[in-house]
This record gives sequence, structure tokens and C-alpha cells, in this order.
Amino acid sequence: MPTWIQLVFLACGVCFILALKGLSGPKTARNGNLIGAAAAVVACIVPFFWTSLHLHHVPLILAAIVVGTIGGVYGARTVQMTQMPQMVALFNGVGGGAAALVALLELNSVIDAGGHDSWFNLAATAFTIVVGSVSFAGSLITFAKLQDLMTSRPVVFPGLPVLFGGAFLGAVVLAVLLVNDPRMWIGIVLGLLGLLIGVLLVLPVGGADVPIVISMLNAFTGLTVAAGGYVLSNVLLLIAGTLVGASGTFLTLLMARAMGRSVANILFGALKGGSTLGSGEASDRPVKSVTPEDAAIMLAYADRVIIVPGYGLAVAQAQHTLRELVDVLSARGIEVDYAIHPVAGRMPGHMNVLLAEAQVPYEQLREMDDINGDFKDTDVALVVGANDVVNPAARTTPSAPIYGMPILNADEARQVIFMKRSMRPGFAGIENELLFEERTSLLFGDAKDSMSKLLNAVKAL
Amino acid sequence: MILSESVVWLTIFVLSVFVGIEVISKVSSTLHTPLMSGANAIHGIILLGAIIVTGTTDNTVAVIVGLIAIVLASVNMVGGFVVTDRMLQMFVRKRPAKAAESDESKAA
Repeated sequence: MPTWIQLVFLACGVCFILALKGLSGPKTARNGNLIGAAAAVVACIVPFFWTSLHLHHVPLILAAIVVGTIGGVYGARTVQMTQMPQMVALFNGVGGGAAALVALLELNSVIDAGGHDSWFNLAATAFTIVVGSVSFAGSLITFAKLQDLMTSRPVVFPGLPVLFGGAFLGAVVLAVLLVNDPRMWIGIVLGLLGLLIGVLLVLPVGGADVPIVISMLNAFTGLTVAAGGYVLSNVLLLIAGTLVGASGTFLTLLMARAMGRSVANILFGALKGGSTLGSGEASDRPVKSVTPEDAAIMLAYADRVIIVPGYGLAVAQAQHTLRELVDVLSARGIEVDYAIHPVAGRMPGHMNVLLAEAQVPYEQLREMDDINGDFKDTDVALVVGANDVVNPAARTTPSAPIYGMPILNADEARQVIFMKRSMRPGFAGIENELLFEERTSLLFGDAKDSMSKLLNAVKAL
Repeated sequence: MILSESVVWLTIFVLSVFVGIEVISKVSSTLHTPLMSGANAIHGIILLGAIIVTGTTDNTVAVIVGLIAIVLASVNMVGGFVVTDRMLQMFVRKRPAKAAESDESKAA
């Protein structure tokens, strides 16, 4: 490899470090992302000017890049902000799939060259094939869960742990075989086993935990790319993949901590039968339902109101109307804040993105730890399209899948208004005791529709 | 003393692990989603590997598989950076108002 190319790759590696650094601060995030994008583009142009590589099939390669770019840009530009988590999962999955294919091709050329390679190189190849496939299949399942193409509840069947263990063991045995005697069929079977492991890994994960799994699979793909870099003797892939693998693993742990869960519990909790509590069905226990006019009076004559926004708000596209309502209430001298749970929406930080889109002032968005002490002095907690993040079962019911997750103390407010479409439980699939309490009123209907009625009723007072 | 090649690779790997953890250790939960998405785009660099393996083989099946890998990797890389930028635009939009406020307070 010519020295200039090695130096370009070094510079790109440094840019990726700066990109991650930038992305972790609000002021620098956008520039960080642009630095990363610029470095990636430069790195991918290099092979076309790398004369000693004698790159063949250039027109085909360029055409494939154009196809992928159009697909990527189209997906990224048209996706609704509410559906962004599954988009990230999808992008991650195809990256993992690409890494697995690259490793298979490299295996093919090693075999063509006589099948002699260092054992470590072959082990890294096997790792890339398996983990890349895990990431691909796992991400597709997370996509299906978030996109409601399949149930978001944990899917468990009796033989699952045995099948999973068998697939895992089989992959290890085949990887050892591959190291001793590289053959193409072993590589392909490894890829298929990887796909099976990926599916089995994600099926038992409940909907509320899927974001953490996306982050974990993201780290997996990073490590896959790092191993691929070793196999291809490409230092930039090694650096970039390792950076993502390490930061992704750390981010996964941070997110799990924000939800008060361990990663092991998220992945394997359902296998122990931990989430049998969730029925996924609506209950017919009595609740107190109110009209928008009643709710308007409760809000308009309060001194302090806290809004708890959830995914349902975003799905109904009611965030703009909500902001108007808050403006009207503020104009009446009422102190109003938004309480943002770290995992409100479908991903940590997702709600901040959605409310920022509706131009809610940043100062009104208060994080959980900051606002939780305020609920006991609050007259009305208005819960819009949220459920699990205010479910007291997280504190009181050890058998609940969300047990241990820190929640917003909406139950400490003097009155709670839930705006809900129906009595169906939240994403975690469990009933919320708070709905049946004396102080709780329910305002049924589509969030956007109810919100406009509520807004008009408040204006009329 | 010259390091053996595998030790060089190991060194780069270990140091990158520490850098990867260190650079994001102070991230606020607000930015978890864009950070994950940005990191996701960075591993799209596998596109570079896909281009090299595809361009250095003449086996027809291998070329076809390689082209598929290139399409997938470019979706990952390009889509990843674009969607991250879209998310971050929303965080940036309100900053001018904030900056104006702090300017005013400075002026006062």
C-alpha cells in the first residue's frame, strides 16, 4: 500500500474520532457528523486512485454505489421522525450484511490462492461472517417489531433456548473447522447460522427494550467491520470499526442504565418467563373518563402543570397543537413544563428530537431526574400518549417486564389526566394501575383530535 | 526494536477501544439517538472494503456478491449520515434564539 494512501487513511481515522467526539455535545454534533461523512467519502474515493490495486469493474462498482446512495438518501429523507429508530436499525443491518459478504469474498479468494492463511486471519473471517449475519438478521427483526410488521411483545417458544444454544455451539465448531481447513461451504453455513442466531436473539426481546438491542447490534456491526479490517489488512476499517464497537457497547450500557435494566436481563429476561404478566389486551375495569371541557377546567385553574409526552403524541402528530395549548396555559400565568423520560418515544433522546421538530423551546424540556421532585407540588400531570414511563408497576411489581426502570412520578401529582386512544396497554404490554386511581381522569380519543378540542375548550374559558 | 505486524494490529485495536469509550463518555441522554445513528453511519466504511474486494476479483459470482455488498454498504453509510444530519438539524434550529438571548444578556 503506497504511503500516501496509508496517510489518507490515518487522517480519515482521526476524523472519525473527531466525529464521535463532536456527536456527543449538542453544539458540535452537526459538525461532527459532517466531518465523519467527509472522511468516509474521501476514504471511499481512494481505491479509484490507488493504481497498484488495479481495480476492475469500475463502472459496475460506481453503478452499485449510485444505487445504494439513492436508496440511502431516499430512506433517510423520507422517513418520518417517529419511525427513525427502525430506519437506524435497517441501516445498521445492511451494514452488517455487507461486512459478512465482504468476509465471504475474502474467504473465497484465500481458498482460490491455495487456502493458506494464518489461523488468526481465518478466525477473524469466521467472526465477521457470523456476527455480521447476526447483526443483519437481528436488525431486520427489530425493524419488523418497531414497524408493527410483527408483534412487539416477546416471542418465546419452548425449544428456543436449546435452538439458540445449538446454533451458537454449531457456529463455534464450524469456525474451528474453518480455521483448520478453509472451505467455502463452511463459510456459507456459518453465515446461515449467524442469521438464525440473530433472529433467535431478538425474538424474545420485548418492544420497550428494542432500542437497546439496536444499539447493541450497532456495536456488533462495528466489531464486525473491525475484524473485516484485520482480514483485509485495512487499518482504517480496523480503527473505524473498533471505535464504533467500543463506543456502541458503552452507549448500550448507558442506555440500559437509564432504564434501570441489565443488558443480560433485556436479552434473556423473557426466557425465564419474566414477562408473562403482560396480557396485551384491554381491561374492562372501571375508569373515570372526562370530556375535553372538564379537562380544560382542570388545566385552566391549575397553578402548575407538567406535561408527560409519549410516543402516542408523536404518532398522532399532535405535538404542534400541544405546544399551542402550553402557550395558552402559560399566557394564563400557569407554570408548565414538559417532563421527558430518557426513553420516551422509541429510543433514548427520541422525544427531544420530536418536540424540537415542533419548535418547543428547549428550556421547557426537563429531564427526569430534574423534574421528578416537582410532581408532588403539581396540580395536574397531563399524560399524552405515554404509558409505560409513568407506570408505577416499575416500582412495585417485581414480575413486570419494566420492573426497575426509573419512571416519571406522575402518580404524585394531585390530578392526572391521561389522553389515550383506548385502554390498550403500552408498548411493554402491561396494564397501568395509575389509570384506575381516584385522581386519574381519562380523555379518550385520537391525541390530535382531543388536543384540538382541549385547546378550544381552554381558549373558551 | 521493530514491533511484529500482529502486535501493531493489536496495539491499534486496543488503543481504539479506549479512544472509542473516552470520546463519548460525557454524552447527555438527549443525544443518545443521534450519536447511535452517527456511529452507525461510520461503520458504513465497510463500503471501502467492499469496493476493494469486488474490484480485485474476476470470479463472476464473487463480483455479483461484491456488488450486492457495495449497495448495502452505501445504503448504510450515506443513509446513516443523512438521517443523522436530519435529526441534528432539529436541535440546531432553536440555537439561534438561545444565542440571541445570551447576546442580549451580555449586552445588558
